[in-house]
Amino acid sequence: MSRHTKEKLIKYVLFLFALVSVLVLGLIVFSLFREGLPIFKKVSLYDFIFGLEWYPTSDPPLFGIFPLIVGSVVVTLISSLMAVPLGVLSAIYIAEIAPASVKEILKSIIELLAGIPSVVLGFFGMVVIAPWLQNTFDLPTGLNIINASVILAVMAIPTISSISEDALYAVPREFKEASYALGATKFETITRVIIPSALSGISTAVILGMSRAIGETMVVLMVAGGSAAIPESLFDSVRPMPASIAAEMGEAPYRGLHYQALFATGIVLFSLTLIFNLIADYVSEKYRQSGSATL
Amino acid sequence: MNSIIKKIIFSIALVIFTAGLAIAADSLVIKGSTTVLPITQAALESYMKANKGVQISLSGGGSGEGIKALIDKTADIGNSSREIKKEEIELAAVKGIKPVAHVIAYDALIPIVNPRNKVKGLSTDQLSLIYQGKITNWKEVGGDDLKIIVISRDSSSGTFESWDHFVMKKAKVTPRAQMLASSGAVVTAVGNNRYAISYVGMGYVNKSVKALEVNGVAASAQTALSKQYPFSRELYMYTNGEPKGEVARFIAFLKSAAGQGIVKKEGFVPIRK
Repeated sequence: MSRHTKEKLIKYVLFLFALVSVLVLGLIVFSLFREGLPIFKKVSLYDFIFGLEWYPTSDPPLFGIFPLIVGSVVVTLISSLMAVPLGVLSAIYIAEIAPASVKEILKSIIELLAGIPSVVLGFFGMVVIAPWLQNTFDLPTGLNIINASVILAVMAIPTISSISEDALYAVPREFKEASYALGATKFETITRVIIPSALSGISTAVILGMSRAIGETMVVLMVAGGSAAIPESLFDSVRPMPASIAAEMGEAPYRGLHYQALFATGIVLFSLTLIFNLIADYVSEKYRQSGSATL
Repeated sequence: MNSIIKKIIFSIALVIFTAGLAIAADSLVIKGSTTVLPITQAALESYMKANKGVQISLSGGGSGEGIKALIDKTADIGNSSREIKKEEIELAAVKGIKPVAHVIAYDALIPIVNPRNKVKGLSTDQLSLIYQGKITNWKEVGGDDLKIIVISRDSSSGTFESWDHFVMKKAKVTPRAQMLASSGAVVTAVGNNRYAISYVGMGYVNKSVKALEVNGVAASAQTALSKQYPFSRELYMYTNGEPKGEVARFIAFLKSAAGQGIVKKEGFVPIRK
């Protein structure tokens, strides 16, 4: 076999492997839609998305997922409020300020945080945070929005931190040197030069962290409480979409209305994460730094 | 080039080999109700100790999941805390499965509250109104002036369906109710929360929670068997046709004196004295 054919062969083999992942994604999306769309013959899209009552097993069943959507959005937003400052600021510290030895330790600890299985975090929320929240603030329940958001924030921090860190490293050295040469302090350099240059990468990190939080299932199943009602306070229980799907899929009769409604909920969830990812893509494309001359 | 092909062939062989091992090792697969889970777990431990070489794998997921697994032929035994539904029998018939029920224990469904709660008992109507969200404060039923936190099981659990059957009678559970995914989680939540009320199978009641009397009757083995206690039910194992081989031996073991001893030890009611 000549070197040339060998090269070609390797190229096609790699192409095949790349194709497999695209194919798998395509099949998943296809079956998601095939199983979920038939529900809209029985329930209008408007009633499904904006309906306030989720009673999939009563007679007649009601399939309104608005409380579930609100649940997902609320826990995602609150967890981002906690995770974004923590993730981004820790990335700035690691990338720009920390001495080499501290940097290594911090980085590996954050990586370790990413490796904790979500069921372990959920269990922690259920047996440690929930009773603590309840006793400290004298609440009727510790399984609520705050508890779920705290744990989702812990899960999103490694994603946000490590991607932001990469973005910060990608800022060309010349910028920093130029800034120092003009007499700027370290703080001024970080806030006025480095962060603005890395902003697109940091935004991508934030959005990917949020899509991680909105899709997370185990944690919200265990600690969000599971009330399918629109919350009135941050200490109310909610039932985010993934929790509903995970908890109910076991019972839903195969290809029955409830089963289709859960798949349709999956479509809504998939669309939300897809939108997040498209935004992330758009932001990183649009504000990409091309060459070290542009800022 | 040759080494790449070798590697590919090697990995394929490895996958086939491990898959084969996994199939060979699981001679018996049981799935289903989390209520029946502790009985099955304890029973299979002593069964596997007595019969070396037998492998039994057990998982939960709820009664619906157990029956679905039986119909899909991914389990030899489907555990259920409710009777099989008409639609499930029809679906099974389509797939050539003939579900046969084996009653392996009785269970009583028990309303539980936190031990710090003053309320001792409730009527079926009061329970229904609490779960519908029409009674929202403990003082309305003789307790302290505290909000009631209603905790229910998710709709895939047989326990939920039994509760629906005994208490709700088709009325809707309030959307404010918390839905928890397992009986263990319910006990943890109620044990930590003096506002809460929930329900579990008899086997899950422990010292961290207080069992309520229903219509003035406390749940016990006697009152459950005599049906004097209103919320009592059978626990089932479903098999495809009359059980044969290992499946038959395992079910016979559960129904034997030793098996029923385990049922009693796990806090459920044995089918024979």
